[in-house]
Amino acid sequence: MGVETYLDKTPLMPYLDKVVNWGRKYSIWPVTFGLACCALEMMVASMATWDISRFGSEIFRPSPRQSDLMIVAGTLTKKMAPMVRRIYDQMPEPKWVIAMGACACSGGIFKTYSVVQGVDQILPVDFYIPGCPPKPEALLAALVKLQKKIEKESLADRKDVRSSLELG
Amino acid sequence: MADIQSLIDKLKGKFPASIQQLKTFRGEVTVTLPKEDIYAICQFLSSDSELQFQFLTDLCGVDFFPETPRFEVVYLLYSMKNNLRLRLKAKVAQGESIPSVESIWKAANWLEREVYDLFGIPFENHPDLRRILLWDGYEGFPLRKDYPVEGPDFDKPFVLEV
Repeated sequence: MGVETYLDKTPLMPYLDKVVNWGRKYSIWPVTFGLACCALEMMVASMATWDISRFGSEIFRPSPRQSDLMIVAGTLTKKMAPMVRRIYDQMPEPKWVIAMGACACSGGIFKTYSVVQGVDQILPVDFYIPGCPPKPEALLAALVKLQKKIEKESLADRKDVRSSLELG
Repeated sequence: MADIQSLIDKLKGKFPASIQQLKTFRGEVTVTLPKEDIYAICQFLSSDSELQFQFLTDLCGVDFFPETPRFEVVYLLYSMKNNLRLRLKAKVAQGESIPSVESIWKAANWLEREVYDLFGIPFENHPDLRRILLWDGYEGFPLRKDYPVEGPDFDKPFVLEV
């Protein structure tokens, strides 16, 4: 499957990493969905003033099958949690998650029976953005940090690649 | 055209035994009824050719814990024809049920489900009495006064059942 299959056969692997990561970090396509008011700040980030397309992430995909990034923007209720997990599961690897806002990070002001106290209870979160809601700049800052993180990733370190190479 | 006074007279004439309390405040009429008579009176109000209360604005529950009877169901009715509003109230004790008015106003379907979901008041003859806001399998009725505000175990780790 794909470029990963040839990794153990090439001495060019560090360079391959670099090229692939370079491509990936400038085309992080987020999945289109928002849960609450933070979603409005997420939308504003894609408008002309802040313009998320400067970082290559303007293409909010309507299908999780075409997305790399899940921005959990808003309050995650326990009723909604199975659907969000399902969207995450439908996204192909590699995929990253940003928890945007106080509610997504920790439940925020909603210390109640109906709200998940932090989306990290159901999803592996890469970056947390504090704020209620965070400014669009904060989302862009998280995106830039995510790009830096992607830069340092190695294809061979990825769990699904390791299993396909039978590296254990 | 019926006005408020003719509405009150009509109700008093038709159901003299049912009206427990009748209050008028700034042109708003509030009638307290026994829950057994709710269906008959609602049927009359909506089908009477002069009154025509054909619009159920809202239906909600109230918890007066620790009073007994504990709950109250409130019906807000509107007559498009006469531009009249009417508020009906019926007391319901814990563990009791109240007749559904879903067959009179379809709008009552979800409203009664909401009251059932959050207060635990069952509605008789409701076609589909399930929880509407909370998920299936949730235990407890969160808008009851004796329910802890944060819920019994909100801070326990959330385990997703898929």
